[in-house]
Amino acid sequence: MPKLQSAAELEKYRAEILARRDPAKPCIAVCVGAACDGMDSAAVAAAFVAEGGKLGDKIEVRTTGCHGYCEKGPNVVVTPGDICYFEVQPTDVPEIIAATLKGEVVERLVYKDPNTGAKAVHMNEVPFYKHQTRLLIGDNPKIDPMRIDDYLAVGGYAALVKALTEMTPEQVLDEVKKANLRGRGGGGFPAGSKWETTRNAPEKTKYVIVNGHEGESAAFMDRAMLTGNPHKILEGLIIGAYAIGAQKGFMYTRHDMPLLEKHVRNALAQAKEYGLLGQNILGSGFDFECELHFDVGIFVSGESSALMRSIEGNAPEPRPKYIRTSVNGIWDKPSNLNNVETWANVPQIISKGAEWFTSIGSEKSKGTKLISLSGNVVNSGVVEVPMGTPLRTLVFDIGGGVRDGKILKAIHFGGAMGGSIPADLIDSPLDFDGMSKLGAPIGAGGLLLMDEDTDMVEVARYLMDFLVNESCGKCVPCREGMQQMLHLLTNITRGEGKPGDLERLEDLIEVTGVASLCALGKTSGDPLKSMFRYFKPEYESRISGGSAGK
Amino acid sequence: MSEQTIDGIIEKYRGQPNSLIHALVEIQHENHWLPRDVMHKVAAALQVPFAQVMQIASFYKAFSLTPKGRHEVHVCTGMTCHLRGAAKLRAKVEELTGLKDGETDADSRFTYETGACLGSCSIGPELIVDGKHYGRMTPEKIEDVLKQYE
Ligand SMILES: Cc1cc2nc3c(=O)[nH]c(=O)nc-3n(C[C@H](O)[C@H](O)[C@H](O)COP(=O)(O)O)c2cc1C
Ligand code: SF4
Ligand code: FES
Ligand code: FES
Repeated sequence: MPKLQSAAELEKYRAEILARRDPAKPCIAVCVGAACDGMDSAAVAAAFVAEGGKLGDKIEVRTTGCHGYCEKGPNVVVTPGDICYFEVQPTDVPEIIAATLKGEVVERLVYKDPNTGAKAVHMNEVPFYKHQTRLLIGDNPKIDPMRIDDYLAVGGYAALVKALTEMTPEQVLDEVKKANLRGRGGGGFPAGSKWETTRNAPEKTKYVIVNGHEGESAAFMDRAMLTGNPHKILEGLIIGAYAIGAQKGFMYTRHDMPLLEKHVRNALAQAKEYGLLGQNILGSGFDFECELHFDVGIFVSGESSALMRSIEGNAPEPRPKYIRTSVNGIWDKPSNLNNVETWANVPQIISKGAEWFTSIGSEKSKGTKLISLSGNVVNSGVVEVPMGTPLRTLVFDIGGGVRDGKILKAIHFGGAMGGSIPADLIDSPLDFDGMSKLGAPIGAGGLLLMDEDTDMVEVARYLMDFLVNESCGKCVPCREGMQQMLHLLTNITRGEGKPGDLERLEDLIEVTGVASLCALGKTSGDPLKSMFRYFKPEYESRISGGSAGK
Repeated sequence: MSEQTIDGIIEKYRGQPNSLIHALVEIQHENHWLPRDVMHKVAAALQVPFAQVMQIASFYKAFSLTPKGRHEVHVCTGMTCHLRGAAKLRAKVEELTGLKDGETDADSRFTYETGACLGSCSIGPELIVDGKHYGRMTPEKIEDVLKQYE
């Protein structure tokens, strides 16, 4: 592939890709995302390739990232028509191919409502999908993450073209500010103002970074995006770099996901080959390079300053908050860090405009949010809904409620630095500020259902144990405070809690919160705070009675 | 893996003490563990005290200081797997292999590790052997899975 030298060349190339494709030709998309892969979807994909190969050129087989409905993997989607087949086995393959060629549907493999038995064939009829707004994850079934042409075929890099040819960096920045895009990595901080701070910093050398660490337990949407559609995030990053005036970018992600690594490496190499990275991108005069970096297997590496230390090659220890990474980041140069999902939102904001973006979502939280839905839920998977969607929609309409016919006890958001709210708050809207006020901040977007059998003391103990292992150990209050909280919680779970333990825990939450250096220590008591707010009687009865209560 | 590759990685970072972690991550990736003599080479080439190399290598979970067994058995202890019964899987693996978290058996057949969520929560609880995921695991099924790995 020769380098694309201009926007016109890219558009010409895109037209060629589309001209080569026949929309009527059946395409079978097999998900090989993390969950489907775990159900051996690779064998299903291999069977499709083998069977399809016998037919010459009649059918296309595509392996893709996560489709969303992980619970029912291996997932297969057949176009045209977006026919969804669930729990597909290699032995089902000949039947699917035969039906597809005849324009028919394999009824036994489509969605069947567990209560009514009603079938749903097309994606937009399947309950799990039909209540969603899949602006970000929706392209996954259409893309083989190893092929940049698939991304170009769905309109990829058109936003970059627009930014580079029709907009000044200031205009790009302005659009993102107007869109009121808020960071998806936990804080909900406005991306536009952060970009502006880095842009305005006097240093010439600037960096932009993708936070793809995703260490939050039971959050898997960032990896689903990055593994399934790496170019979307890269496109967002390049546009951001243009607006900010950065010459270099970093993708920071997990060391323990071989498929993710393969896809991102390949995406970077292909973008470079096509001239979307490197010198004089599309003839615009803008230069930008991007490097891939890995964590060292500790949760705190996802914290902004720790992550930057890690990229420098140092131990990932957070720095005090008064050092602002937007101005003094990697090698003390201005560095703008955003979450995977934040970057993924950038291309559509540039293509469709801030006005369109702000028409989606709630008053103060705009756009959609990716949610990793798991725990004791019927339909686990990656979900995307407009901000402001009631939790009830997520839990019942999409999630299908609680597994095994049990009753919902609590909803937990935000992993080990989040919180749990009781089932009766189910009508609260999904909103950064609203959820924070309730004590269950969205965090990165891991939503766990907990059923009636869940032991809330054990949940707090488990989360504290996680944090104790993931702290960098640099400051004493975090290290010692969490150890003591863990000790007390462990005693209570064993029925060895003593009167006064809850007060001691409250003191420890307070001290650890005030005296720790970074947010890990500062918010380590947050899950416990939510427990005291909503589930205190359970704790009290465990101390007086000893046994696990419902 | 060949010594050449390791030496290649070390050469790339010669004289760059700031790249210590990069070098270790790359070697770990290639070799799956960090032999002591390799860490000595890293220390000498990157001009960092050996003690510092050891400190970094022993602190972070991404690094292994002992050779791994022929097969790596991993039980996810992330929150969904935990809620869905990961503790029972751990107990069963520990019973069957006689290993505790992080240990390798005497015949180097298995290395057993518990650890972070690998993003396939929807099919938790999970057992992962040599990177292959076994979703919706139950303690009863573990023995048959492990049997496939000699
Ligand atoms: C202990 C800790 C771990 C974190 N882990 C992540 C992470 O894995 N991914 C992420 O995007 N942000 C993580 N954050 C938040 C980052 O510090 C930072 O706020 C975020 O990446 C900024 O991006 P955003 O503004 O787009 O949300 C973490 C924060 C803390 C305190
Ligand atoms: S609060 Fe904890 S994780 Fe954060 S810097 Fe201090 S010891 Fe490290
Ligand atoms: S991994 Fe296949 S649908 Fe999520
Ligand atoms: S919690 Fe086990 S894979 Fe996520």
